[in-house]
Amino acid sequence: MRRSYPANVKLIRVPCTGRVDDVHLIKAFEQGIDGVYVAGCLEGECHFLRGNLRAKKRVGHVKRILIALGINPERLQMYNLSAAMGGRFVEIAQEMTERVRALGPSPVNTGQGREFVEEQGEEKKR
Amino acid sequence: MIVAEAKPIEDIVAMIDRYDKIILAGCKACVAVCAAGGEKEVQFLASALKTARKTAGREIEIREVTLERQCDPEYVEQIRGFAGEYQAILSIACGVGVQYMAEHYKTIPALPGLNTSFMGGSLEQGVWSERCQGCGTCILHLTGGICPVTRCSKSLFNGPCGGSSKGKCEVSPEIECGWQLIIDRLKALGEFESRFAELFPIKDWSTSRDGGQRKITREDMKP
Repeated sequence: MRRSYPANVKLIRVPCTGRVDDVHLIKAFEQGIDGVYVAGCLEGECHFLRGNLRAKKRVGHVKRILIALGINPERLQMYNLSAAMGGRFVEIAQEMTERVRALGPSPVNTGQGREFVEEQGEEKKR
Repeated sequence: MIVAEAKPIEDIVAMIDRYDKIILAGCKACVAVCAAGGEKEVQFLASALKTARKTAGREIEIREVTLERQCDPEYVEQIRGFAGEYQAILSIACGVGVQYMAEHYKTIPALPGLNTSFMGGSLEQGVWSERCQGCGTCILHLTGGICPVTRCSKSLFNGPCGGSSKGKCEVSPEIECGWQLIIDRLKALGEFESRFAELFPIKDWSTSRDGGQRKITREDMKP
């Protein structure tokens, strides 16, 4: 296949996405990472039965927290694909890279997160 | 255990807004078991608060500690050595822990990171339910092991009331009628006839909250 994915994507290997914890995700943002995505197996295909479903819930939880912290939750995503889907892996890496690039640098690095929090607050009022 | 849940993160961010150097203190007892204030929650909250600060273009120093318990003086004293270097103590123990921090460190504000909810147990992972209100005079031996003070929304002693319908309480269709549970249980135990005919006398609530702050002194245990 020999397809390449964007060099800005850094892989962190875990035995199963069920190992991914809220703390891992939030620490990445604390350190100024612009975006994080969790790539789990297809739903229903988890070797440990529910690992990817657990990860999905944790990603959902951290997304809700991110809003309050001034970070656009779009910067965190969960994807599901199998080990045989190399082409899809590249697509996801590109899609996520484009998404994050469009959002710009993390507010952790720019200090511009409060505006996002205020926008969210106003949207809630509407 | 004492069951608590995290305050909304935006409330905590606002609470610590004026401080730049705080201690975040967790507790390894009840609140660790109900996944609200243990070591892991300390890590997560510290990271979240630092992130919130950075997105606002500011920094905060957070010292993370998780004490064995925050309801015993000897453990609360463990932070004595460095507490003075910090502007506030954000405790994610139950309300007891926060107050112990306040009592022991008189010049440092103690802030609550949790809403302490009730005494209860877990029904399944991630679900907790109230079981005891600490009324000070247990009568579980008379009510089939089901507490009317907690499980009946009105804490009736001679229930059920007219709000009980098909085993549910009128307060919410999600709440079971405590007295229906008691009757079913007494029947299963074969104690219904003997127990249910008896009326409970008026309860003396002075052993409960009505008697003011409570205190237990065990002379045999004192030094």
